Amino acid sequence: MNGFWVMLRREMAMAWGRGGGPLLALTFFVATATLLPLAVGASPARLAAVAPGSAWLALALASLLSLERLFERDYEDGTLDLLALGPVPLEAVAFAKGLAQWLTNGAPLALAAPVVAVALGADLRLVPLIFISALIGGLGLAFTGGIGAALSLGSKRGGVLIAVLVLPLFAPPVIFGAGAIEAFAGGLDWHPALGLLSAYGLAAAALGPFAMAAACRNALS
Amino acid sequence: MICAVHMQNLAIIRGERLLFQGLDLSVRKGEAVALTGANGSGKTSLLRALAGLIRPHAGDVRFEGPQGVLEAEDARSQGVHLLGHQDCFKATRTAWEELLFQVQWTGGTEASARAASAKLDLDRLAGLEVRKLSAGQRRRLALARLVASPRSLWLLDEPMAPLDTARRAVFGDLMAEHLAGGGMIIAAVHDPLPIAARACDLSSLDGPAQ
Repeated sequence: MNGFWVMLRREMAMAWGRGGGPLLALTFFVATATLLPLAVGASPARLAAVAPGSAWLALALASLLSLERLFERDYEDGTLDLLALGPVPLEAVAFAKGLAQWLTNGAPLALAAPVVAVALGADLRLVPLIFISALIGGLGLAFTGGIGAALSLGSKRGGVLIAVLVLPLFAPPVIFGAGAIEAFAGGLDWHPALGLLSAYGLAAAALGPFAMAAACRNALS
Repeated sequence: MICAVHMQNLAIIRGERLLFQGLDLSVRKGEAVALTGANGSGKTSLLRALAGLIRPHAGDVRFEGPQGVLEAEDARSQGVHLLGHQDCFKATRTAWEELLFQVQWTGGTEASARAASAKLDLDRLAGLEVRKLSAGQRRRLALARLVASPRSLWLLDEPMAPLDTARRAVFGDLMAEHLAGGGMIIAAVHDPLPIAARACDLSSLDGPAQ
């Protein structure tokens, strides 16, 4: 267990340290959302209708940004060898990486999501649900994204490959996340969508590390 | 704690090429083995196979502890140091941050990391970013990890290449100390090791001519 904490601390320190991963993702998120009024027109009624959905779309895209560095850096400088010989199995290493990705990227993005949605004209009543759904959805995005990052190890242009691999897997959280908000705004029952979103996030966190570890072992051999 | 490693009839294939076959080698407490052989004869692959990173084509590797055979996974996660060509450092983190992580990750403590840093004359460099260190300084930083966390089997790949003459002597003393404490060393080398070591020439175990 000690090894797991050592790993988690390092991942967090590296994410917050030089390179500004979370800031980069946040800026990208806000910039993408800013383009929306330019693309669909600035009419408040039209913007308000698409605000929660577009916030979710921008969230999914912003989550892709730092994925490339999740395993690639450790692979390039040989650290992955060291991680494979550590006190905890690679599955736990992958879990720590996914968790750190969620805490350092998913959580700040979840804080920004309601702000962006409201700026686009979403109803203030939606704020708590947008935050909760972005936070839970971020868990799924971090761990499924991690699978793509591990699978693309060793390929040049890993970033684009990750996006191609991972974006289809981002469909369920986008559907459930935006769906929950849409349902709430329309006065419908939003619990099932949020429940499915949570199920997706937990399943990704539970199963993703095994896929990531297998992909890492394959890249090392 | 690993007391011995036994390789039996080991063969490794990389890509389509048989690197070597029929390798029988046992290394026991206090012994060092110098792996030699031409470029591409499989020295690095053998070290990676011993570390469990690649799977041998044939044969097997057994680790022996004080109470008999060890589970390979446990033996590797607690008793093996692998020092490859790359030294596993993040260029933008400081030498001390990286050393501390590696030492804690491989089972050492902050105190042992400090002691190793002093021993290898790294205190002056501790606050520098790794990208500002020379190749030799980075290698010393990597060696500090081996000294700081007690693991009995050292797998070294060209450990001395970037070191200057004086540091090679220091490293020789460190290896001798490790062996005297019941450790084992398997090192892929081109230049002779500064300690007494059995030689194992992989080129003599070539596969059939292809």
